[in-house]
Amino acid sequence: MDAFLLQILNGLDKGSAYALIALGLTLIFGTLGVVNFAHGALFMIGAFCAVTLQRLLNLSFETIDPSQKDFLGNPLKVKTPYIESWFGPDLGGAIIDWSVPLAILFAIPIMIAIGFVMERGLIKHFYKRPHADQILVTFGLAIVLQEVVKYFYGANPIQTPAPDALNGIANLGAIIGMDIVYPVWRIVYFCFSVLIIAAIFAFLQFTTFGMVVRAGMADRETVGLLGINIDRRFTIMFGIAAAVAGLAGVMYTPINPPNYHMGMDFLVLSFVVVVVGGMGSLPGAVLAGFLLGVLESFASTTWATTTLPGINQIIIYVVAIVVLLTRPRGLMGLKGVMED
Amino acid sequence: MFGLNTKDTKSLFIVAFLVVVAPFILNPFPAASAMAQFNAGYPDLMQKFVIFGIFAIGFNILFGLTGYLSFGHAAFLGIGSYSCVWMFKLLGYNVIPGIVLSVIISGIFALAIGFVSLRRSGIYFSILTLAFAQMSFALAYSVLSNPKFNLTNGETGLQVYANDPQWFHRDSLPDLPHLFGLSMRATHKLEIGAWEFQLNAGYYLCALMMLVCFYLAIRIFRSPFGLMLRAVKSNQQRMNYTGLNTRPYTLAAFVISGMYAGLAGGLLSAVDPLAGAERMQWTASGEVVLMTILGGAGTLIGPVLGAGFIKYFENIFSKINDHVLHSWFAFLPDGLEDFVVFLIHPFIGKGWHLTLGILFMLVVIFLPGGLVEGGQRLGKWLHRRKAKDTPSAKTEPAE
Amino acid sequence: MSILEVKNVGKRFGGLQALSKVNLSVKENTVHAIIGPNGAGKSTLLNCLVGKLMPDSGSVMFDGQSVLGRAPYEINQMGISRVFQTPEIFGDLTVLENMMIPCFAKRDGAFTLNALPGVQKQKDILQKAEQMLEEMRMSDKRHMHAAALSRGDKRRLEIGMCLSQDPRLLLLDEPTAGMARADTNNTIDLLKEISDQRDITIAIIEHDMHVVFSLANRITVLAQGTPLVEDDPENIRGNPKVREAYLGETA
Repeated sequence: MDAFLLQILNGLDKGSAYALIALGLTLIFGTLGVVNFAHGALFMIGAFCAVTLQRLLNLSFETIDPSQKDFLGNPLKVKTPYIESWFGPDLGGAIIDWSVPLAILFAIPIMIAIGFVMERGLIKHFYKRPHADQILVTFGLAIVLQEVVKYFYGANPIQTPAPDALNGIANLGAIIGMDIVYPVWRIVYFCFSVLIIAAIFAFLQFTTFGMVVRAGMADRETVGLLGINIDRRFTIMFGIAAAVAGLAGVMYTPINPPNYHMGMDFLVLSFVVVVVGGMGSLPGAVLAGFLLGVLESFASTTWATTTLPGINQIIIYVVAIVVLLTRPRGLMGLKGVMED
Repeated sequence: MFGLNTKDTKSLFIVAFLVVVAPFILNPFPAASAMAQFNAGYPDLMQKFVIFGIFAIGFNILFGLTGYLSFGHAAFLGIGSYSCVWMFKLLGYNVIPGIVLSVIISGIFALAIGFVSLRRSGIYFSILTLAFAQMSFALAYSVLSNPKFNLTNGETGLQVYANDPQWFHRDSLPDLPHLFGLSMRATHKLEIGAWEFQLNAGYYLCALMMLVCFYLAIRIFRSPFGLMLRAVKSNQQRMNYTGLNTRPYTLAAFVISGMYAGLAGGLLSAVDPLAGAERMQWTASGEVVLMTILGGAGTLIGPVLGAGFIKYFENIFSKINDHVLHSWFAFLPDGLEDFVVFLIHPFIGKGWHLTLGILFMLVVIFLPGGLVEGGQRLGKWLHRRKAKDTPSAKTEPAE
Repeated sequence: MSILEVKNVGKRFGGLQALSKVNLSVKENTVHAIIGPNGAGKSTLLNCLVGKLMPDSGSVMFDGQSVLGRAPYEINQMGISRVFQTPEIFGDLTVLENMMIPCFAKRDGAFTLNALPGVQKQKDILQKAEQMLEEMRMSDKRHMHAAALSRGDKRRLEIGMCLSQDPRLLLLDEPTAGMARADTNNTIDLLKEISDQRDITIAIIEHDMHVVFSLANRITVLAQGTPLVEDDPENIRGNPKVREAYLGETA
């Protein structure tokens, strides 16, 4: 029982990432009618926002401490981050320690700006082009973005630790009298994604803006005829989707040190998630994201991998194939939405 | 001739001629000269030209004719490679069984994958094929290479070991892939003055295969089947209400193009008997899409051009380093020289993928018809200029 | 002898009863018009006949065989051809190629892997397609891209493509919708010519009364998903029920 719950928990963090990316993909898909192969790159850029902030905060100057010697006998050079000298070692240290959560604030404007530039500068010109062209141009963009990141940050994964306070493990089971030890940051990540997902749904459900967007997703032409400038709203939605992907990336860095190709790795699986959930269905994307994350976690148990070696690598694809053969529209897909 | 009209026969002959003389025309610079690094006439690269040409020709039968954009064709390339190496391991180094098996096995896989993927069209289809390819990659990379059952040899790549059965191997035969005793590596070096030309057996085998593939592609393009595939791309609704079942047509196109990819994979193993999983990755699938689009999807000659173009520049760009750049821009003042080198640096050497990505975007944005369309546009423009020049030349004296 | 028998067909979309108890009998070699106000269920009925929709109840027999549960291409192979409201043609192909495709479908069936012989070698198909183009008076446009044709020519081409299959039943879905008066009259003349010269039954869904009364020799009036009356055109004109349901609305 304990092990069972632990596997579910283990799946939730990856599932959260899938859900957040798939949600953004579906939003862009439903509103703009564009398949964004560069969406994974946005997730990756978000992660590198965290890396960048960490590096910025750690910018240091060197002072020579004559009282200490290094191993060669020369006076020891001490590196002090500017932040610490400005705010004092306590507050400064805390800011550096909390760089990943702080990167959320740092990443939001950057991601929205990137989203706007992408939509206005590139995607906009592809609304009327065939889907194949949309896929290809965003695919090209994804390659460019990841190569640029690789150029500046190198090919190796970069460690970006969570704040010390959230870095440990907690015994979650204690509450219900069981023994389930689980890393704190993963709990944070899960709660964070649930919060974001709830915010998006609330935004779409309860604001006029969201209502128009939902109407536009259902029938773009009619809404356009009402004299509502749907394009501008869609641009904003693209920015929001970019920000969601970026935040998912920021918060994921302590779980998995970011590298330049993490975006594509997640993108392919997130596409599968969207297909399983049902094209154009936001709840479907979220549900399928968590479901597949948990399933993948179960497939990674020792029992599963010894019975069927490598099952953890392909389980998601197998599920996708089965779902498509039995329910071609996906779990919650709507009739007539993205039928072809 | 060969059941083709004059125009197609002409393009077939042009391609055949170019392929035969490629070792000469791709080596225009003397071997010792500074420009020799731009030569492309050595076996490794020429083999890649024609093998990826086959891959792209096959991809074009699916994408160019039906408009179904597969993002997972590299899976068939990989399957072909593995099949061929397995034949080497079991039967011996003769390439014929390997090539035949690679076509058959990839055809079977294409049938299964196509059957599922083609239940959907458009974006769905692209995503499904991508997922299948990634699954094949995962299978090849780790799942099918465990100690109990080692089909792909995982990270190391599948190759022939000394203790493999090789039933038909005899000591008189070369210990490398060969065609009835003629080693694929056999190269005849021809030195004419300062030039050196290499005539390689592996290249000519692949080239022959490519010509056969090209010829078959022309036949398919001009056949009723090809017409139906173009009709699928144009209007599926009308197809259905005209009494035509679109699914077997698209499936047939998918299987044919999968077999082309399998053949290309088999040939890759035939010239270099090592099959690795990275051949199946999505980047490889993206590459063949790019070759086809860059050359001109839906045209006959386009994919071959695209494949050659990309493989050539991949090779050249990867070879250029800062040192070479400095020697090129040495005529500039020092500061400016460094600056120019600094600007170009990200795009060369290991930055080839960045260049590739940018190229990809530029082609899709500005030249969706690819090089073939670009050529046509250029031709028209020149023609128009000529037409304009002639009357103006006449009026000038009058003034 | 009726070629198409629709019995008790019903179709429901969620809360909307689109069709209920539809009975319809189309006699061979007639022009049968189905008219009715917007939302009467005309298009739903048509979609049930060609395999696009599956009715919830009832039966649809064509020439003694049920068409229900068959795919559109199978129904076409049985001898029913459909003309769409906005012409559905192969825009990327030439006019001649457009005309050849239905000829291939007629000769080779729903699928044939005929991948090696050239199209140009199929003399019988070429001849048939050329002859049909001649009949549609479109021979001069044979090498044009179909997408570049005028609206009226697209309609002609589509009708020609359907006729080249020698269908027993030709279904037309508002063939003159959105057409200028001259194009409409041309289409009426074309359809008249077809019904006079060919051994063919035509069922036509139409909004335009001018078209209906110029062509039809039998009319079914559909209202709120059920047939109101089925009669000859003269009697329909004077029928008070029809006036109320349909003509009254437009007057």
